[in-house]
Amino acid sequence: MTNDKLYPYLNDIQAVFLIILRVAVGWHFLYEGLVKIIDPNWSAFEYLMDSQGIFSGIFKSMASNQSVLAVVDLLNVWGLMLIGGGLILGIFTRFSTICAIILLSFYYLSHPPFLGLEYIMPQEGNYLLVDKTLVEILALAVVYVFPTGHILGIDRLILKLKEIKNK
Amino acid sequence: MKGKKSENKTDKKSKSSPRLIDRRDIIKGLATIPVLGAIAYGIYRKKRLYTNYKNNILDELNLNPAPVGISRKVNKDKLIRLGIVGFGIRGRQLLRGAGFAEPKWIDDAKNAARQNKFDTTYDDYMEQEDLNIVVNGVCDIFDVHAKEALLAGANIHREGVNGRKGTLPKRYLNYRELVSSPDIDAVIIATPDHWHAPIAIEAAKNGKHVYCEKPMTWSVEETYELVKIVKDSGITFQLGHQGIQNEYFSVAKQLLDRNVLGKISLIELTTNRNSPNGAWVYPIHPDASPRNIDWSQFIGQAPYHKFSLERFFRWRCWWDYSLGLSGDLMTHEYDIINHLLGIGIPYSAVSSGGIYFFKDGRTVPDVIQTAMEYPDYDLTMLYSATLSSEAHRGKLIMGHDASMEINDSLTVKVDYNSTRFRKKIDKGIINPDVPIYTYVPGQNKIDGVVTPTEQYFAQRGLLYTYRDGKRVDTTYLHIKEWLDSIRSDTQPGCNIDRGFEEAITAHMSAISYRENRKVFWDKDKLGIV
Repeated sequence: MTNDKLYPYLNDIQAVFLIILRVAVGWHFLYEGLVKIIDPNWSAFEYLMDSQGIFSGIFKSMASNQSVLAVVDLLNVWGLMLIGGGLILGIFTRFSTICAIILLSFYYLSHPPFLGLEYIMPQEGNYLLVDKTLVEILALAVVYVFPTGHILGIDRLILKLKEIKNK
Repeated sequence: MKGKKSENKTDKKSKSSPRLIDRRDIIKGLATIPVLGAIAYGIYRKKRLYTNYKNNILDELNLNPAPVGISRKVNKDKLIRLGIVGFGIRGRQLLRGAGFAEPKWIDDAKNAARQNKFDTTYDDYMEQEDLNIVVNGVCDIFDVHAKEALLAGANIHREGVNGRKGTLPKRYLNYRELVSSPDIDAVIIATPDHWHAPIAIEAAKNGKHVYCEKPMTWSVEETYELVKIVKDSGITFQLGHQGIQNEYFSVAKQLLDRNVLGKISLIELTTNRNSPNGAWVYPIHPDASPRNIDWSQFIGQAPYHKFSLERFFRWRCWWDYSLGLSGDLMTHEYDIINHLLGIGIPYSAVSSGGIYFFKDGRTVPDVIQTAMEYPDYDLTMLYSATLSSEAHRGKLIMGHDASMEINDSLTVKVDYNSTRFRKKIDKGIINPDVPIYTYVPGQNKIDGVVTPTEQYFAQRGLLYTYRDGKRVDTTYLHIKEWLDSIRSDTQPGCNIDRGFEEAITAHMSAISYRENRKVFWDKDKLGIV
C-alpha cells in the first residue's frame, strides 16, 4: 500500500485492518437498515419509548408524535443503509463516517449505560459507561482519522478524477 | 498533523506528475463491491426463511386472523333518551362512555394531558363518536353524586367547569319514578349489586331498554324473574361485561373456532390486584352523612344495618350488597370464555378461600378459588383470585395441541407432545419454545409474526395502543353496542341469555364458598342444588 504514496504513514498490514474495520462497521449498518426495511412493521417507537437518562424526554417526544416518528423511522432506515453502503464501498468515506458517529451518538444518548438506568430491552452483556455503541463510535473515530477510502474504495477513483481535473 | 504533512507532500508530488487512472486504481476502487453482493444474499436468505416460516405455519394452519371490529353500521338518526341510576365510580365511567363526562373530569383530563404528553385520555374522549343520545334523568341516593350526575348529563359540549352547558336532566329521588318517566327510553343501572335486578325488572316492566352492570343479580331467585320479564317485554338488554369489546377477543375467537388448540381440558382465569382501591376500600366522601344519603333506600332488599359510611362507599366488601369476587371480577373472566367457547353454566362448582389480607371487617373473601366442571365438554375452568398480589397471571386456555395465553398480548404456543403438530415439530418447522402466533393489541398485524423485541415489549406491557395515537375505551364500545342494538331492535352479544349463565355461575361460586360445599346445576329443573 505504501507504494501508492497516498498514505505513506500506513504500512500494508495497518491499512488492511483499517479497511476491514471500515467494511465491517459498514456491513453492520447496512444490514441493520435492510432488516428494518424488509419488516413492514418496524418502527423506532419501542426503542425511543425505552429511552432513559437526561435526554429521554426528547426521545420519547419523538415517539409520541406520529409525523415526527415517521420522519425518524425514514431517516433511520435510509441513514443506516446509505452510511453502510458508503463505508463498504469507500465512497465519501469521511462524510459517511461523520454521519455514522452522529447517528450512533443518538443511540448512545437515548440509552446511556449509566448506573441506575434499567431498560426494558434485554441486553446481551453488562455495560457501565462503555457499551458496544460507544465502542463502535470509537472504532468509527479511528476510521475517520485514518481514512482508507483512498486506498481501497471508490474515493480512490474520485481522488484520481479530481487530480486529473486539477491538472 | 503528520498525516496532513504527508498529504501535502503527496499533493505536490501528484501535481508535478499527475497519474492517470490505471487498471490497478479501478480494481482497488471497486474492490469492496462484492461485499454488497454478500450482504444482499444474506438478506435474501433471511427473507426467504421468514416467508417459508409464514407459509409453513400460518398459511397451512389457516392461522392468520386479524382483529375484526364488532361495530355495525346502524342508522342513529333516532334520538335515544337515557336515564341513569347510580352515579358512583362505574356510573361515571358509563356516562362518559355514552359521551357525557363531568365538567371537572374534563378539566382534570386536560391538565393531565398538559403535564404528560403521553396521556391521551382527553383526546381519546373528545374523539369518541357522538351517539345521538340525551340524558333526561338521573337518580342517585347521595345528593353530592346526584348533583355531579346532573352536571355530567348537561355537559353536551364536552367542556370543563367554566364551559357551556346544556339543559340539566331531571333528578329523581327514587328509581321507580325514573324508570316510569315517559321521556326516558333506556336506563343504565350502575348501583350496588343488590339493586341491579329490582331496578332492571321495574325498567323492563315499563318497556325501557336496560344496560345493567355486572353481576346481573344478587340473589338466585330474582335471576329467573328478571330473565322472564326481559324476554316477555322484548326490551334490549345488555349486561356490563365490556371485555368482549377488546381487540384480542375477535382474534382469540377466530383461533378457537379453527380449533388451533385441539382438545381443551383446562382453562385458568385469574384476578391479581394489590391495592386498597383494587380491594374495594374506596375513599369516603368527606361531605357524606345521613342527611344527604337516603339510607333506607340503600338497604333495599338487604338485611337492615344501621347507617354506615363504610358500607355505603365500600359496599362490595359485604355479602349484604355484593357477590364479592365471584360476582365482581370472576364474571368478567367467565363472560369472555363463555363468549369464546359457549360453554354456559358449569355442571358443578367448588370454591375455597378466605379473608387473608384485608381484615377490615369485610365479609367477602379477598382470596378465592373456584373450580368449575364441564363434563359435557370434558374440561375444567379454574378461577383463582387474590386482592393482595399483583403477580402477573393471564388467562390460559390449555389444549392438547397448543395453549393460548391472553395477557398484555395474545400468544399461542404449540405443545411439545401435540399429536396434530407432531410431524412439524419433528421436522423442526415448528419450535414449541417460541409462540407460533402472537397478537399485540394496537397493531393491525395480519401475519401474526412479531420480532422478539416486539414480543418483549408486549409482555412488559408497554402500551402499543399509543402507537396509532388512538386508544378506544371498551366501555364506550359496549355502550355503543347496546345503543346500536336498541336502534336495530336486536339483542347485543352480552344479552339476557349470557347474563343468565353469568349470574348462575357467579351464584354457584359464591354459594359454594359461603356454604362450604360443592354445588351443582340441575339443568332439567333449572336450579342450583
